[in-house]
Amino acid sequence: MIAHAVVFYIFSLIAIVSAIMVTVSRNTVHSVFFLILDFISISCLFIMIGAEFLGMIMLIVYVGAVAVLFLFVVMMLNVAQQKNEWFVASDSSSHIPIGLLVSLIIFSELLIVIGGWKYKAELQDSININLNLNLTNTQSLGNVIYTDYVHLFQLSGMVLLVAMIGAIVLTFRKRAGVKTQSYLRQISRERNEGVELIDVETKKGVKIDA
Amino acid sequence: MLSIGLGHYLTLAAIIFTIGVVGIFLNRKNVIVILMSIELILLSVNINLVSFSIFINDLSGQVFTLFILTVAAAEAAIGLAIIVIYYRNSGTIRVEEIDSLKG
Repeated sequence: MIAHAVVFYIFSLIAIVSAIMVTVSRNTVHSVFFLILDFISISCLFIMIGAEFLGMIMLIVYVGAVAVLFLFVVMMLNVAQQKNEWFVASDSSSHIPIGLLVSLIIFSELLIVIGGWKYKAELQDSININLNLNLTNTQSLGNVIYTDYVHLFQLSGMVLLVAMIGAIVLTFRKRAGVKTQSYLRQISRERNEGVELIDVETKKGVKIDA
Repeated sequence: MLSIGLGHYLTLAAIIFTIGVVGIFLNRKNVIVILMSIELILLSVNINLVSFSIFINDLSGQVFTLFILTVAAAEAAIGLAIIVIYYRNSGTIRVEEIDSLKG
């Protein structure tokens, strides 16, 4: 129990500190690195609490895909060296106290809700999908996803497809002066526009011009 | 203090959520950091769902966490594509210089 508490406090401390560093870090690349650290520590918490499939998936999806995507865009746009001007921006100093005040109110509201929340005992009986302790976490999630939530599962696949098409359409641009193949013209070419038969007279040759 | 319950996880999620909101409010740098703050907020929502799912002994929270993960990945891809074309068109993604909607 004590080891569980110690590990929880270590990982959550790392998560909170790296979340703060994401927002206040001067360099955008450092922000991405701290975001990766945050995801890793939260996924360690997930694995520790017993949701090991989600922890691993979070490592793969966030650290492997999303953070690398962020890093790629930061490097590509050459904004890594822009200085963070949080507290020195002159014209926007009125944002900072109001923003801090609103965030403080949000945080205290969340704490009030958590502190005053009582566990409702009869909530446990109204559940139809229970954790089966004989199966692993991955097995039981698979049992649920492919039966009860199969439509939502396929819809999330559609969301990913639409996002992929949208990202391609948004960033696609036609450049002028780039030679590309036109498949339609290639296929629809007839024989008589491609080949010309010429009678070549003897000792005169033939003049080929474009 | 030493027995970790649901409240500890919810408090951790509340702290990370608030840090994400602060990052959106007080950002003076560029839009990519705002997208990262949105990722932090979604992460805190995931913490809430997973811890409720474990402590109530119900799997549907983890299923919804999986769907939130999907939506977060799609949102990051679309947002970064928008940032790339905005940078291509206007040459900057600094927050205070993106004011063409001000009129």
